[in-house]
Amino acid sequence: MRETKAFQKIYTRITQITKATCSLQAEDVGYEELASINGRLAQVVKIMGDHVTLQVFGGTEGIPSNAEVMFFGHPPTIKVGEDLAGRFFNAFGEPIDGGPEVEGEERETGGPSVNPVRRKQPSELITTGIAGIDLNNTIVTGQKIPFFSDPDQPYNQVMAMVALRAEADKIILGGMGLTNDDYLFYKNVFDNAGALDRIISFVNTTENPPVERLLVPDMALTAAEYFAVEKNEKVLVLLTDMTLYADALSIVSNRMDQIPSKDSMPGSLYSDLARIYEKAVQFPEGGSITIIAVTTISGGDITHAIPDNTGYITEGQLFLRRDSDIGKVIVDPFRSLSRLKQLVIGKKTREDHPQVMNAAIRLFADAANAKTKLENGFDLTHYDERTLHFAKEYSEQLLAIDVNMNVDAMLNTAWKLFERHFKPAEVSIREELVNKYWVKEH
Amino acid sequence: MSAAQNYTAGKITGIIANLVIVEVDGPVSQNEICFIQSESVKLMAEVIKVNDNKAYVQVFESTRGLKPGTLVEFTGAMLEVTLGPGLLSRNYDGLQHNLNTMEGLFLKKGDYTRALDEDCIWPFKPVVKAGDVVQAGDFLGETIENQVRHRIMVPFKFEDRYTVKMVAEEGEYEAGNTIAVLTDRKNNEFDITMIQKWPVKLAVRSYREKPRPFKLLETKIRTIDTLNPIVEGGTGFIPGPFGSGKTVLQHAISKQADADVVIIAACGERANEVVEIFAEFPKLDDPRTGRKLMERTIIIANTSNMPVASREASVYTAMTIGEYYRSMGLKVLLLADSTSRWAQALREMSNRMEELPGPDGFPVDLPAIISNFYSRAGYVYLNNGETGSITFIGTVSPAGGNLKEPVTESTKKAARCFYALSQQRADSKRYPAIDPIESYSKYIEYPELQEYLAKHVSEDWVGKVMQVRNILIRGKEAAEQINILGDDGVPMDYHQILWKAEVIDFVILQQDAFDEIDRSTPMERQHYMLDKVLEVYHTDFSFESFEEVNPFFKRIINSFRQMNYAVFRSDDFNRHEKELHNIIEERKTA
Repeated sequence: MRETKAFQKIYTRITQITKATCSLQAEDVGYEELASINGRLAQVVKIMGDHVTLQVFGGTEGIPSNAEVMFFGHPPTIKVGEDLAGRFFNAFGEPIDGGPEVEGEERETGGPSVNPVRRKQPSELITTGIAGIDLNNTIVTGQKIPFFSDPDQPYNQVMAMVALRAEADKIILGGMGLTNDDYLFYKNVFDNAGALDRIISFVNTTENPPVERLLVPDMALTAAEYFAVEKNEKVLVLLTDMTLYADALSIVSNRMDQIPSKDSMPGSLYSDLARIYEKAVQFPEGGSITIIAVTTISGGDITHAIPDNTGYITEGQLFLRRDSDIGKVIVDPFRSLSRLKQLVIGKKTREDHPQVMNAAIRLFADAANAKTKLENGFDLTHYDERTLHFAKEYSEQLLAIDVNMNVDAMLNTAWKLFERHFKPAEVSIREELVNKYWVKEH
Repeated sequence: MSAAQNYTAGKITGIIANLVIVEVDGPVSQNEICFIQSESVKLMAEVIKVNDNKAYVQVFESTRGLKPGTLVEFTGAMLEVTLGPGLLSRNYDGLQHNLNTMEGLFLKKGDYTRALDEDCIWPFKPVVKAGDVVQAGDFLGETIENQVRHRIMVPFKFEDRYTVKMVAEEGEYEAGNTIAVLTDRKNNEFDITMIQKWPVKLAVRSYREKPRPFKLLETKIRTIDTLNPIVEGGTGFIPGPFGSGKTVLQHAISKQADADVVIIAACGERANEVVEIFAEFPKLDDPRTGRKLMERTIIIANTSNMPVASREASVYTAMTIGEYYRSMGLKVLLLADSTSRWAQALREMSNRMEELPGPDGFPVDLPAIISNFYSRAGYVYLNNGETGSITFIGTVSPAGGNLKEPVTESTKKAARCFYALSQQRADSKRYPAIDPIESYSKYIEYPELQEYLAKHVSEDWVGKVMQVRNILIRGKEAAEQINILGDDGVPMDYHQILWKAEVIDFVILQQDAFDEIDRSTPMERQHYMLDKVLEVYHTDFSFESFEEVNPFFKRIINSFRQMNYAVFRSDDFNRHEKELHNIIEERKTA
């Protein structure tokens, strides 16, 4: 994507430099066109007469006012093809795994939206083996859903686990602001799992300049569109961490003197995020793009502009929580929600799925009430005590993120737990299901 | 009226995202539409500011690749919609381009498909004769569109009075054929077809009078119809944090409400939600006509990933189409999800034009824009005495779920019904999550509506509704007391009051939007159930201890809910009612 044409005009007089942008006088420049400034990649973000402002992805540190500026004549592109599989790239789409350049068709990133009447209603589930997701918050192909996670929670481990277990044809990781340690963690996990042939990674680490991150989601999603549209594949895109992406947006808008809205975020944050998340789609020909993202939040505050705008865009959200009773991280069944699960549970999964899911969560909620009672020094009833026992086992055997089983096994486990602690009437599941699935007396 | 004219041209001098600055060689007007001659396609844009010889235009497309110096042609017209038979059951983008006739999987820049098919043949029956004097909005004839009587009117743009010179005989005509010829006072002739155009930013005023609305609009949703009713021609809004059920509620209203035409503007929201409408509406039956819901519905889809500038246009497009059908004497229901996205689009543009911002960066005229838009709804008497209405309900997505933000506050001033969705109710799965105490309907205070309800529901209806509100407030207070003082620290009465309020909550307020029967409750049934619930309220029960209160009322609620799930007055319904009666008798104090 960096080749330049012969006899290209070279500009050498930059009139303004900020931490993220450079401005100069130039002619015949297209909006969103790429340029290089002393070899650093930049993109046109504003044109005023012959005055052009560029956002410099690599940062402007050390750029002189007489730097050489060349315009490429096209917006950011990526080469797409089967060769992408198994490779690691930086935010510009250049290999960082020591392998050769990718051969393939060159495509503009951040292309147009799918016509809504050409979309298909999502109807196929995508399993992860994690009961907190598959059982309680089933994810459907074509869905977009983030983990709202505090920075100290093991979201990268969960994402890696999802990447390895998910039944998808291609898994594309878009890493934004990953620490080098986390990048090596992903690389290591993918290498060792032998699943590399279906994983593609675009990575921007904290060692790279922050503005570079802005390219990552478009790279990942343009590659995803190639596999979903041309190859009719089920593609899962993992984006981590979208909060750092939004932070990069605010840096650029700040340097361009735009008036910030809530929490210093640009006024266009909603549209900027929606443009990315809405790439999630189920195509009629069978291909799909599903997006699972991470949005780190601060102290569980979801009213901050980033999680708030995200919540309005995505189809639900997942919360991780450390369950002190079992000392493990679980997917919080109360705050998490998958809006599209109704499209598949009990339809694509076993008939008892919706009822079992609701009954277990209701009992888990009863346990939470019992716990509050206990903490406030009230006496517990026999039922309260049984819910507490149930909750512990439910957490350990189902909700913990290290559990890995298929949906039928999850349902069977839930029935076993019901049977161990409760009478059918207390579980209040439809009678014909109880007759069919309640584990018979020992 | 359409003499050939030389329109202004210009060339691009600046580009910031979708704001483009054009140097012009002649006059331009605010909101004038222009086309940017980009390489092979023409991109549509609208003038939003003029400064000297510079026009600031918002482009309804991505501006990627545009260069300064590119030619721009102005059209002399504002953004207009095309009105005529064939709008119903169409899916349009925010600028009224037909989404179904666009080619390919992806939206292409500048792929502007036609809104209506001019060659489509419609049966036409004239209702005027040569020599009649007519004015804008008067009916010239009628056709049938999806079983709706679609009037062909004198175009709204026609000011003054005209004489009918010729009108076509009853028969079949293409929409683009001349069906009448009108002459003005100077004897100029005008050919009229079934199709006309109207600029979206201007309200259609071809009616005689806009009285205060007074007729109940049944939504079949109990917490709305019973507690906070909306009226034909009324306005309402639904603010709520994400996950509180705004969209499910709006979809429920769009499916069940007693309207002739339903227009849904999906403004800056999720594409999969629109896909749900596309998938479901062609299958669902319209309970009023037995035909498919899609046949009375028009969808304006500008989802969050479609061009931001057309978000604003999308709500105006929807409103103008609504006004067109209202002018035919129809009951129109207009839903917009969500108006916050439209306000955000305004904020983005205002920011790019470097205007001084108001609160939260929104433009300072946001309240004026919102109230002006809401004012276009309403109940009208047409010139011929017939009536029509546009009922408008918008959702608002308050940032951080905080209702003290500019869009919610501005809307609160403009809309007369306020349906506050409560996070707490949503969390405890009490759907629809409309907070019964926070929410209000100003209409229930209108003597006109009170009179209507007394006549059509029952004499003392409003009194009962007020009583229910009061019980809910007292129930809330009792719950607070119990929380503070403990179960045994309050008199037994408190438990009874709390649970009597819970009966109302579970039986009247909560409604299962996914249950075949429960989701739609006609007014007659709402009246019956409200009386039943009040009967429980007025009964004194005796309990030995507070521990007996909860299980007893849970049984009452259970029987009530079984009634809600049964066909009205069916055997099942009667059986559960009897069951309820028996439970009440157990503890009734003589």
